[in-house]
Amino acid sequence: MSTTSLTDRLGSLLMAPVHLLMRIIDIPLRAVQKATGIGGMAAVFLAPNMLIFGIFVLLPLVINFVYSMTGGTAFFLSERNFVGAEQYQRLFTCTNYLDPMSCQEDAFWTAVGNTFWFVVLQVTLMIGVSLITALILNRDLAARSFWRAVFFFPVLLSPVVVGLIWKWILQRQGLLNFGLYQFGIEPYTWLTDRNWTFIATIGVSIWAHMGLYTLILLAGLQAIPKDLYEAAEMDGTKPARVFRRITLPLLAPNLLVVVVLALIKAVQIFDEVYVLTGGGPGTSTLYLTQYIYETGFASALRNPGLAAAASILMGLVLVVLTLIQLGIGQRGEKKGKR
Amino acid sequence: MGVASRFILRRRGGKSWHWTDVVTWVWLLGGLIIMFGPAVWLAFSSFKTPAALAEFPPSILPYVTSQATVQGYDKPLQLFEAKMPDGSTKVLAEVRRIGLVAQMVDPKAPGEIVRVNIGDRTPVRSVSFATENYTTPFTQFDFLRYLWNSVFVTVTATLITLIVNSMAAFALSKYEFRGRSLAMLIILATLMVPLSVIMVPLYSIISSLGLFNNLWGVILPTVATPTGVFILRQYMLTIPDELIDAARMDKASEWQIYWRIVLPLTAPALAVLAIFSVVWRWNDFLWPLIVLSRRELYTLQVGLSIYSGELNVQWHFILAMTVVTMIPVVLVFIFLQRFITTGIAGTGLK
Repeated sequence: MSTTSLTDRLGSLLMAPVHLLMRIIDIPLRAVQKATGIGGMAAVFLAPNMLIFGIFVLLPLVINFVYSMTGGTAFFLSERNFVGAEQYQRLFTCTNYLDPMSCQEDAFWTAVGNTFWFVVLQVTLMIGVSLITALILNRDLAARSFWRAVFFFPVLLSPVVVGLIWKWILQRQGLLNFGLYQFGIEPYTWLTDRNWTFIATIGVSIWAHMGLYTLILLAGLQAIPKDLYEAAEMDGTKPARVFRRITLPLLAPNLLVVVVLALIKAVQIFDEVYVLTGGGPGTSTLYLTQYIYETGFASALRNPGLAAAASILMGLVLVVLTLIQLGIGQRGEKKGKR
Repeated sequence: MGVASRFILRRRGGKSWHWTDVVTWVWLLGGLIIMFGPAVWLAFSSFKTPAALAEFPPSILPYVTSQATVQGYDKPLQLFEAKMPDGSTKVLAEVRRIGLVAQMVDPKAPGEIVRVNIGDRTPVRSVSFATENYTTPFTQFDFLRYLWNSVFVTVTATLITLIVNSMAAFALSKYEFRGRSLAMLIILATLMVPLSVIMVPLYSIISSLGLFNNLWGVILPTVATPTGVFILRQYMLTIPDELIDAARMDKASEWQIYWRIVLPLTAPALAVLAIFSVVWRWNDFLWPLIVLSRRELYTLQVGLSIYSGELNVQWHFILAMTVVTMIPVVLVFIFLQRFITTGIAGTGLK
């Protein structure tokens, strides 16, 4: 009894300066309210968020188009010269459109190609694994929330930590080589092999993100009415048929949302790959975001205009994907209302 | 044991085992190992000395070879368990090694030198945690600084996010005004504007505001999260308007209504947003990497990636600092994971 009152008192003591601050803020805001009326206060409440939002999200979004039409290495717009569509032309100048190495910006097309294969393979495999995991978690399990948490754990880890964990495991004296050594396979430096590095980035990103998609799919599975399954059981329907005729159609909206969400994230892959491989060896794991980052900032021959042009092209892909997602979402909502 | 396994492996209605049950348990146990194993392995490795880290095959626990100072020798000598010709074993210290034969002495009687075939001896090892992996980066490198920068960015950004987002959510849920749906639309549309699309112009804006190489340059672009506004608004819509009307009749100002009535009632949603925001800001990497180029300003994530990218990577320090970087997130996972998972399952947002 006395301990609760003590913590209460401590809490109110700590909150006292905050309350005082709020009272002080209240004085000018009351004056504003008098002048503008209650409706005007909406603008006051909205202002800080929209101001920050406008400066750091909307403004860059607009400037980006201007930026992509300027040249030079300077960062301030006023110091940059207008070049029109030159940056885009540069990105699209190729002697043979089937061979990325024949393009003027071969690094860009290498990055596009790498990203394409990464997205296709990573999303397909990840959704497959997530779906299987969600189906298993949806069974009649003891301690389901524990198992759900197990698969969710890596989602919370920072990409840098994820990259370092796997860099440590895949190195020559690492755990993977140790495991293979037990079966008589000689240690190998996985992260110096172009193909294995590419596979590693796919595997690691699946490991890091599958928990999120499992969670969303599991929520979708749990929303399927149980009586449908009971009816199927009474009719003696085979499990494979139950899955095809009940589970899959009813999960389809969730599945589509998850696929698009995974696509959007996969196109932007950067952090964990940058730490794990740095885009190498060579350009084997150079993905789009890293190309933009290096062209814009890191490389000695930096070209912010070119980076902006590339980022706009990437943005277009993301806009298309987002529109698809919104379309699916609206269709799902309509279905839900009906 | 029997009771426990019966509890864990229980099946509804006492049905017998089916092949799908086997698949389920293989998948779950495999998942347990694959999901937790790598992080646990890293944590164990972080307590090893550089010598132990270079060992192959590696041991799980951090072992060090034991040494002893022996009378008559300046340097401490390494201890071995040697098999003697008569079949007994004895702990001896190695003086030097010549080819396949080691010259050893008994630490208790350092007078005579014993010759032992190197195949007949094994090093004496004991478990020892190399805590200097943790203390050295904090005391001799800048990692304490990085830790502080990370904490500062995370706490400040989360506080500002909570205030700014809740104010906007209040306006968007409790007021009727022209342009409300437009504001909502803009916020939702930019939900999908990722950093990688706007990083070049954002950088020029940050520089012209003088926020390059400044922790505020890391904090400010992240605080007006559309996700936060969305979560809080959905929650505030459930607060009855009668409550606010009653307060207005009692001559409460709008600010007081926000602060004294709406905000306390939104506490559960604020808590979820706070957890999300802490994890997001703690884990941010690309933007701090662009904005911060001076070493003393690095956050933990940037510092770690820079140090691990160096030519001669000092893995023992990197591993230890990775564990430190993991701690807040692991704490969130252990104590608050349930809020996040229900939050994501409910809204599909992350």
